[in-house]
Amino acid sequence: MSLINKESVKKRMGSRVAANGFAKFLFILATSFSLIVLGVLIYRILVDGLPYLSLDFITNFASRMPERAGIWAALLGTIWIMAVTAPVSFILGVGTAIYLEEYAKKNAFTKFVQVNIANLAGVPSIVFGLLGLTIFVRLAGLGSSVLAGGLTMSLLILPVIVVASQEAIRTVPKEIREASFGMGATKWQTIRRIVFPAALPGILTGTILALSRAVGETAPLLVLGALAYVAFVPENLFSQFTVLPIQLYNWTSRPQEDFHMLAASGIIILMIILLIMNSIAVYIRNKFHKRF
Amino acid sequence: MDITINKQLVQKDIKKEEQFTPVFKINNLNLWYGQDHALKDIKFDIPEKQVTAIIGPSGCGKSTFIKTLNRMVEMIPIVRMSGEIVYREKNIFDPKYGVEELRTQVGMVFQKPNPFPKSIYDNVAYGPRIHGIKNKKVLDEVVEKSLRGAAIWDEVKDRLNENAYGLSGGQQQRLCIARCLAIEPDVILMDEPTSALDPISTLKVEELVQELKKDYSIVIVTHNMQQAARISDRTAFFLNGEVVEYTDTSTLFSNPSDKRTEDYITGRFG
Repeated sequence: MSLINKESVKKRMGSRVAANGFAKFLFILATSFSLIVLGVLIYRILVDGLPYLSLDFITNFASRMPERAGIWAALLGTIWIMAVTAPVSFILGVGTAIYLEEYAKKNAFTKFVQVNIANLAGVPSIVFGLLGLTIFVRLAGLGSSVLAGGLTMSLLILPVIVVASQEAIRTVPKEIREASFGMGATKWQTIRRIVFPAALPGILTGTILALSRAVGETAPLLVLGALAYVAFVPENLFSQFTVLPIQLYNWTSRPQEDFHMLAASGIIILMIILLIMNSIAVYIRNKFHKRF
Repeated sequence: MDITINKQLVQKDIKKEEQFTPVFKINNLNLWYGQDHALKDIKFDIPEKQVTAIIGPSGCGKSTFIKTLNRMVEMIPIVRMSGEIVYREKNIFDPKYGVEELRTQVGMVFQKPNPFPKSIYDNVAYGPRIHGIKNKKVLDEVVEKSLRGAAIWDEVKDRLNENAYGLSGGQQQRLCIARCLAIEPDVILMDEPTSALDPISTLKVEELVQELKKDYSIVIVTHNMQQAARISDRTAFFLNGEVVEYTDTSTLFSNPSDKRTEDYITGRFG
């Protein structure tokens, strides 16, 4: 006597296959929604922005006259900020991740630190702006400088880099650490020669993605007192500055239609920068990806 | 009549015990994982330039034991130990005896082949490099000698710069043995080195062990009794964290003195 009724199994076959097809349709729908939104966005920006896009637009300073306005100061400001943020956040973030993963004892305190780092990654960026204003601008007396802005941005993306680096370090298999220790390697030799190189692709990918986030951030720098209108290029770490997103914000908030189009041109430049950074991340991941 | 023969056997055994120079002397070694008493009063000597096999059913403490010999077991945070292991007249648990120094003398081959995600050359050169050897010529020689020593040179000599992950499992394991030889150890610990390999690769590693014992003292954990019988000179039978019997391999397999050993080697449990 069979426990399974073959007839009813056969009957249910049709609806199972139909549900299978329906599930696929739902997921395609979800994906198309975001693709359509992205498509509309890109279309609008290209239509508005392309007419103003030229070499002059990149090399001119901001101006009250739309036909002479450009993003040179903001572009260089962004590059300066990144030049501070990238090394500071990388060194501090990776250092923290290595300490937490490799050296720190797993106890209640490190667990507490761990949870808080994860939480910090979700804190609104404007809060980091206030922190930077208090510590770097006022307390350290750096003023609204490139240095203060870069350090604040570092703080903002630090939690993301720490978490990403920890994840990358954790994927290094325990077996190859054991192999290294088993040959009399010290902890530092094992980290430097085995763990770090193996984790580097993941660490770099996380770092670059975090940096791309910093490129697009406006709020913390507005709080710090970055200028909206700048007709000069930062000369050193203590110069005042503006960045691309602030310039774009400034243009979009003006009443004249022409400035809105300028903003669209600026967005194209910003997106190109982000695209380049993300491509580098993908390239690094593929190039250095090691099989375990 | 029977009794006299047995006496002679015992006498012969005692003589053999006295013959070898011990490389490890284990005295009253106890080990706990938290509350779990994993090794109980282990006491025996491991001979120089011979193959010592550790056999026993799963969970008997054989892997734990071999990992105490190079103190790898301490990587598990909840481990506690008592007793002593004397390696060449020095207690390895002495705080003055650095664990890095010990592991330079006592190399290890692991259960699963675990090459580094580096080239074949860099894998073998890793040991000498961490010990500060930078001279390219010396490194080249060490790499070739070690790869030859592990009987894999002919298979890899034309692709030393390729990633070690491109090798087969058996080749990877022999590469790991070569990597271990490159630090010129005194003792080689092998923790079930063939359990992840196919029969032909297993045979190659077994033949290699026979070659290596001319120059190295080898301790090998295996759950394959035939393997222990084939390649070892002495065998220790572990059960529930205790050494039930430790003697000549031939004696242990042909004439075990403990009922539990007999039950195990005849396949009644385990």
